[in-house]
Amino acid sequence: MDAKTAMLNRAGEIIDSYGSKRENIIAIMQDIQAEYKYLSGDVLSLIAEKLGIGVAKVYSVATFYENFSLEAKGRHIIKICDGTACHVRKSQPIYDAVYKYLGLSGKRKTSDDGFYTLETVACLGACGLAPVMTLDGEVHSKMDPDAALALLENLKKEEGAAV
Amino acid sequence: MSEKVMNRQEFDALKTSAEADLKLSEGRPSVLICAGTGCIAGGSLKIYENLKNECESRGLHVHVGLTQESHEDHELHIKMSGCHGFCEMGPLVHVEPQGILYIHVKPEDCHEILEKTVLGGEVIDRLVYKLDGVSYPRQQDIPFYKKQKRVALENCGECDAEDLREYIAKGGYQAFEKALFEMNGEQICKTILDSGLRGRGGGGFPAGRKWESVRRNVADIKYVVCNGDEGDPGAFMDRSIMEGAPHCVLEGMMIAGLAAGCAEGYIYVRAEYPLAVERLRTAIRKAEEAGLLGDHILGSDFSFHIHINRGAGAFVCGEGSALTSSIEGKRGMPRIKPPRTVDQGLWAKPTILNNVETFANVPQIILKGADWYRSIGTAGSPGTKTFALTGNVVNTGLVEVPMGTTLREVIFDIGGGIKNGKKFKAVQIGGPSGGCLTEEHLDLPMDFDSLKQVGAIIGSGGMVVMDEDTCMVEVARFFMHFTQNESCGKCVPCREGTKRMLEILERIIHNEGTLEDLDLLESLASTISETALCGLGQTACKPVLSTLKYFRNEYLAHVVDKHCPHCNGKKKGLVIDPEKCKGCTKCARNCPVEAISGEVRKPHSIDQDKCIKCMSCMKNCPFGAIREE
Repeated sequence: MDAKTAMLNRAGEIIDSYGSKRENIIAIMQDIQAEYKYLSGDVLSLIAEKLGIGVAKVYSVATFYENFSLEAKGRHIIKICDGTACHVRKSQPIYDAVYKYLGLSGKRKTSDDGFYTLETVACLGACGLAPVMTLDGEVHSKMDPDAALALLENLKKEEGAAV
Repeated sequence: MSEKVMNRQEFDALKTSAEADLKLSEGRPSVLICAGTGCIAGGSLKIYENLKNECESRGLHVHVGLTQESHEDHELHIKMSGCHGFCEMGPLVHVEPQGILYIHVKPEDCHEILEKTVLGGEVIDRLVYKLDGVSYPRQQDIPFYKKQKRVALENCGECDAEDLREYIAKGGYQAFEKALFEMNGEQICKTILDSGLRGRGGGGFPAGRKWESVRRNVADIKYVVCNGDEGDPGAFMDRSIMEGAPHCVLEGMMIAGLAAGCAEGYIYVRAEYPLAVERLRTAIRKAEEAGLLGDHILGSDFSFHIHINRGAGAFVCGEGSALTSSIEGKRGMPRIKPPRTVDQGLWAKPTILNNVETFANVPQIILKGADWYRSIGTAGSPGTKTFALTGNVVNTGLVEVPMGTTLREVIFDIGGGIKNGKKFKAVQIGGPSGGCLTEEHLDLPMDFDSLKQVGAIIGSGGMVVMDEDTCMVEVARFFMHFTQNESCGKCVPCREGTKRMLEILERIIHNEGTLEDLDLLESLASTISETALCGLGQTACKPVLSTLKYFRNEYLAHVVDKHCPHCNGKKKGLVIDPEKCKGCTKCARNCPVEAISGEVRKPHSIDQDKCIKCMSCMKNCPFGAIREE
């Protein structure tokens, strides 16, 4: 079974687990994305078919919410908080440093080697520890550009050693 | 807890035995480790593990919850509590019975804490909070806590968030029991109305009136919805309540269900709060197992079920009608009102929609009465309000004070003043929908009505403090950028208007604005606030209007002097990376001011004097060779 069929089978299971109910569409997409990090066109079509609604309806929901991604992402996801508290405590320089470190440009958010994807998040609610960033969901507090880059270097080295 | 309680007698028996457990455990040493998002990020889970291991290696008998076996002799209790609020000083460890609070605790400190404090009763001065050379070993003496009054946060940080038995021992679900057996719907609504409880989500609408409207509405099914979509950047009080006292939220919702005859409840939680979702799920499961949630609760006719919906990253879903349409699995877009949510809410049925903090206040109002609640706060806004104090302030964290407390008390007495000895400049209250307050407002009592008069709102309670180095135009731009980004696009005033306002603000920030731009901002603001469909658009201009009102000179610095002392004056410039540029000439052809030159197939360059930073070159470059510097 190739990767695409496996993904569609798994997505089908998830949809079934929610009883193929229309009102659960957001939860269904969240669960699928939690496993595959994005929602492919095929997955969206499958959801539409199973829930008995138009593909356009599914697409409209998928594009409305910021958490859903229709593009594949890097292996590790960096989120830098740009909520008010983090902004006032200088989160932008951290973003700029990581952006530069990953060699990103324009709207491209994933590094060329597919290792990291850089995103911002409006507020993690950890304002007391501002500025914060998350690496694969784990919160790192009171960051600065150097500490952020060191974190990324480290993970890269660790995985490099593992391979 | 394994036994399901089937009726009132069994619940009372459970209560008595839980209380007895609690009494026995009091006076014994116990360690509370803060397990809020903030302290977990600081490593508090590691501290918990370490402490447990330390105890085991010493052969100490440890209990990690209020269980029935704790009647037996045991030496130590270890608990993971909800947020203590003093996030700046985390990870926090609280040691009972002495009431000692240790700050900035590291996993390697566990050995010492166990040996010296827990077993030896000695204070470790190194880990104690200090201010102006004075040590404050006891939590209750610390100035940060002294002026606070905890109602909604009462159980946060004091008990194990996941321990239902402990919640019951501390009076939990007694308000529900009282409401279920001793009050009818009308009486409950009247108590809430008399208490003067107003919606803590921002609007300040009397909760009792909402409940009463739903109660009077006749429908085959009605709903209770709890708004935990705390989207304001810089606010985290609802997160802390959901994480630290999830049962309190459930109990508030159940009482609302009783009051208005609703059988189904939904909690809508932001996607960014995974821990809150997990704790709420556990709480619901435990309440169901105990027979406090489900069908025919405590043998009565009342059935109630609670579901959790996770948001997916849309700020606008904090708006009532957008939230309900998101629960229904649609795009979260607001609709025209009326009909109001109380008449046609979730699935077009009558719905009680309140915010997390509002529900968390309910159990105590029912238990202690409306008069007790009215004795706290001001006449127009009774009770307390939690604020998330953040920004350039010494003690960031979660603060709960009676309504009517002044800004000065919150920022200086509790918050410890401005970081690094800088001067106070302004405080932004109510997030992107609120306004800025300045030095002249420091002695203003904070309540719903007096803040409204000066152009700000309490909102959900985010309070971001700014010091003298902050450029207020940049603050206004930041909030406009946020709302513009989050505008759902349904109505034109908000979709187009906020975009134009953002463009003007960006022009001003780059010292390219004119005096006419300021007038244009004001006129756009009044149009948008009058015509936008929902609260997001109607209030989007508040940060701009209030900064224009109180900090006009800073706008003038950008517009007239072309130099702002706060924004280091440096303009961002666009540069072409010669290594990435292939010389395709696309940028040169797109440039509206002919600022880009270069030979075909050779790296191009940008003339910074001509460049107007319209970004069209950057957007169009197929090689991503152009960046801001």
